[in-house]
Amino acid sequence: MSALEQAYERARVEWEALEGSDTPIFFVGAATCGVAAGAGEVVDLLEREIAKRGLEARVVKVGCLGPCSLEPLVIIHKPGKPRVCYGPVTTKNAPRLLDGYVLGDDPCGDLAVGKMGAGEVDGIGDFMDHPMLRGQVRNILRNCGQIDPENLHHYLARDGYRGFLKALEAGPERCLEVVKQAGLRGRGGAGFPTASKWAFCRQAPGDRKYLICNADEGDPGAFMNRSVIEGDPHAVLEGMLIAGHTIGATAGYVYCRAEYPLALHRLGVALDQMRELGLLGENILGSGFSFDITVKKGAGAFVCGEETALIGSIEGRRGMPRPRPPFPAISGLWDKPTVIQNVETLANLPLIMRHGAGWYTRFGVESSRGTKTFALAGKINRTGLVEVPLGTPLRAIIEEIGGGIPNGKAFKAVQTGGPSGSCIPADKLDLPVDYESLTGAGTIMGSGGMIVLDEDSCVVDIARFFLTFTQEESCGKCVPCRVGTRAMLGLLDKIAEGRGTMRDLEILEDIAQTVKQGSLCGLGQTAPNPVLTTLRYFRAEYEQHITEHECPAFTCNQLITFRIDAEHCEGCGACARGCPVNAIRGEKNQPHVIDQHLCIHCGACVSRCPSTSAAVFRESGKLTRFEPRREKKADAARASRP
Amino acid sequence: MATTMTVDTAAVADIVARYPVNRGSLIPILQDVQDHYGYLPESVMDDLAERLGLSPNEVYGVATFYTQFRFEPPGEHTIHVCQGTACHVRGGAEILQEFEHRLGIEAGGTTPDGRFDLRRVACLGCCALAPVVSVDGHVFAGVTRAKAPGILAKYRAKEEAPGS
Ligand SMILES: Cc1cc2nc3c(=O)[nH]c(=O)nc-3n(C[C@H](O)[C@H](O)[C@H](O)COP(=O)(O)O)c2cc1C
Repeated sequence: MSALEQAYERARVEWEALEGSDTPIFFVGAATCGVAAGAGEVVDLLEREIAKRGLEARVVKVGCLGPCSLEPLVIIHKPGKPRVCYGPVTTKNAPRLLDGYVLGDDPCGDLAVGKMGAGEVDGIGDFMDHPMLRGQVRNILRNCGQIDPENLHHYLARDGYRGFLKALEAGPERCLEVVKQAGLRGRGGAGFPTASKWAFCRQAPGDRKYLICNADEGDPGAFMNRSVIEGDPHAVLEGMLIAGHTIGATAGYVYCRAEYPLALHRLGVALDQMRELGLLGENILGSGFSFDITVKKGAGAFVCGEETALIGSIEGRRGMPRPRPPFPAISGLWDKPTVIQNVETLANLPLIMRHGAGWYTRFGVESSRGTKTFALAGKINRTGLVEVPLGTPLRAIIEEIGGGIPNGKAFKAVQTGGPSGSCIPADKLDLPVDYESLTGAGTIMGSGGMIVLDEDSCVVDIARFFLTFTQEESCGKCVPCRVGTRAMLGLLDKIAEGRGTMRDLEILEDIAQTVKQGSLCGLGQTAPNPVLTTLRYFRAEYEQHITEHECPAFTCNQLITFRIDAEHCEGCGACARGCPVNAIRGEKNQPHVIDQHLCIHCGACVSRCPSTSAAVFRESGKLTRFEPRREKKADAARASRP
Repeated sequence: MATTMTVDTAAVADIVARYPVNRGSLIPILQDVQDHYGYLPESVMDDLAERLGLSPNEVYGVATFYTQFRFEPPGEHTIHVCQGTACHVRGGAEILQEFEHRLGIEAGGTTPDGRFDLRRVACLGCCALAPVVSVDGHVFAGVTRAKAPGILAKYRAKEEAPGS
């Protein structure tokens, strides 16, 4: 038996023992976001309790299951029962799960998200029937949160590397054909057909060819790639083997941003495991294919996500894009043919090879096949990582999976594509999420960031936010991007501060077109999108800033006057203490006043004022907004007394 | 933290020895140097240029391009206030302002006592828990203005209670 076959056998035994374990197991979601939500403390507590009571139970750290708003998530394996996922689990309620469910008979239904797998647990519905999961299809994320990402056996037991074995058996020509039939398109933003890129590289002459996995994920508001690497690193690396083998690559790189320490760690662990099993190196599994993978840590520059800049960075230079052609597939890293692929594009490959193109094309629509992960965040009830078939309407993602907008506010727009994309308004919510529909609506699919905006978000502010970002990240090499983004930002600043003119809007659009058409790389070419598309859908809101000096979302602080309602101010002084410029005066227990000459419009007073008084209010042009006032506890108690 | 004016460059040889001597090793070497010293001391960069057969200019040119590299010793604790999109729409700018106000410095600065570095970061990728702040890599979720003093106190208290 080969080392790999032996490993499969060991993996099977280990996995079956885990599935049918006769002692309890706690699987704790401990990806970056889980840890931020407190998973570390929950792990510590569970381990302490298990040791203290001398229980035969274990804690296993797993990746991200997706429903971040329910984190920390814990899946409990109780012998003889299907697993049950609970969340949010805190150090307060974890003991209840231990005593109530694991040691007792109470399944703690109020804390349950759902049961996973066949069998019944009193009154607990299926995990996939949870409103956040019902509309999802978990292909890319199938292992995330279900396996220990640092245990290769877990991956092997779930058919890991079988796709690569099939690829070896089929040979590069056939693999290329399968990927072409599957219709796989790049998940890094532009949606370029993967097989076409591979064909160029395969045909390009050269004794050395490279494959690069783009894990730079620099779009603010995106964390899909991080979650996949943290939760299922081998799926990405298996994808690299399949791609590398097909294009005839001799070496591979993963370019991962430095802000992802856990992902970097997991990649290192996984690569060591691969080497040990002979899945990397010379003559892999006796196939004649030699390939190794090196991890390169990014150094903090958004533009390095652009493929030619990324190549420059790996070569040890400033990460500046260069004109294409020549395309990297012909002349890339060290002038050799190079294919660059996004993390998620690669993570699709093991599935396509294992199940075939016919299976793959069952998901998605005509020109956009397969599933896509999205990072759902912003003003939405259920935030998290979701995966849906391409072509799913935006409405289903936002209203059903995401559960709509919190606090009874109205939906305003959804931002996709990060700084290269834009906002889609409410009347376009039935748009299917596929490459062409999103482009037609003035945004892009992007890598999967999806930020929901409600009525309190201002589109001028959002456009300004993204331009601030692109202007800072512009590498400065080409003039349209360097000068143009700065000029656009200047105009947006003017508008947001109430100094804009209608003429500025025209100039803004003019410059935007120039930057779009004249920039060297995708950063500049797409930087105007946030402006152009918000102007297309929300022009009236821009005009309101200019002519009425009003920010209807009460976001652009320079257009807001902060005042204190003397009738409700109790003179507690909280606002005065929190004011960074000492602009608030007043005697103790007497109504306070804001000195408008000193005020810097930071809004600290609004968040300081106790919600029982809610005396600080805002004015913008002719609009006024008061904060919701809550009844005092004492008053409420008095009122409810018979 | 007392900053030593003369920097011991002995570690540089060890770091360089981990990598092949070529241009592609420059960034990983700079990263290791920064991990070791906390920043990129001038003398070390000159030394490095010589070892790699590059001009000091080239080394500086690369180092200054990337925001990760710093040229001054860092404060004891580094606070990153996330300015990503999700954090922005949930008040990330206000949170940054609050930390600036509490620490009496602007983003990018170090407190006079050398205790805290305050930096903005484009995105920490914890968007679902926005707004977030990280201190020495530990991420705090759902931060509000009111939570800022508590976060700072955690790191102040650590030093004032030795042995804890
Ligand atoms: C400014 C800029 C930043 C980019 N950042 C990323 C990124 O973080 N991750 C990514 O996969 N692609 C990014 N891209 C797209 C890459 O240039 C490239 O198209 C992609 O990695 C190709 O992989 P795919 O075909 O699998 O999508 C970026 C492009 C630009 C212009």
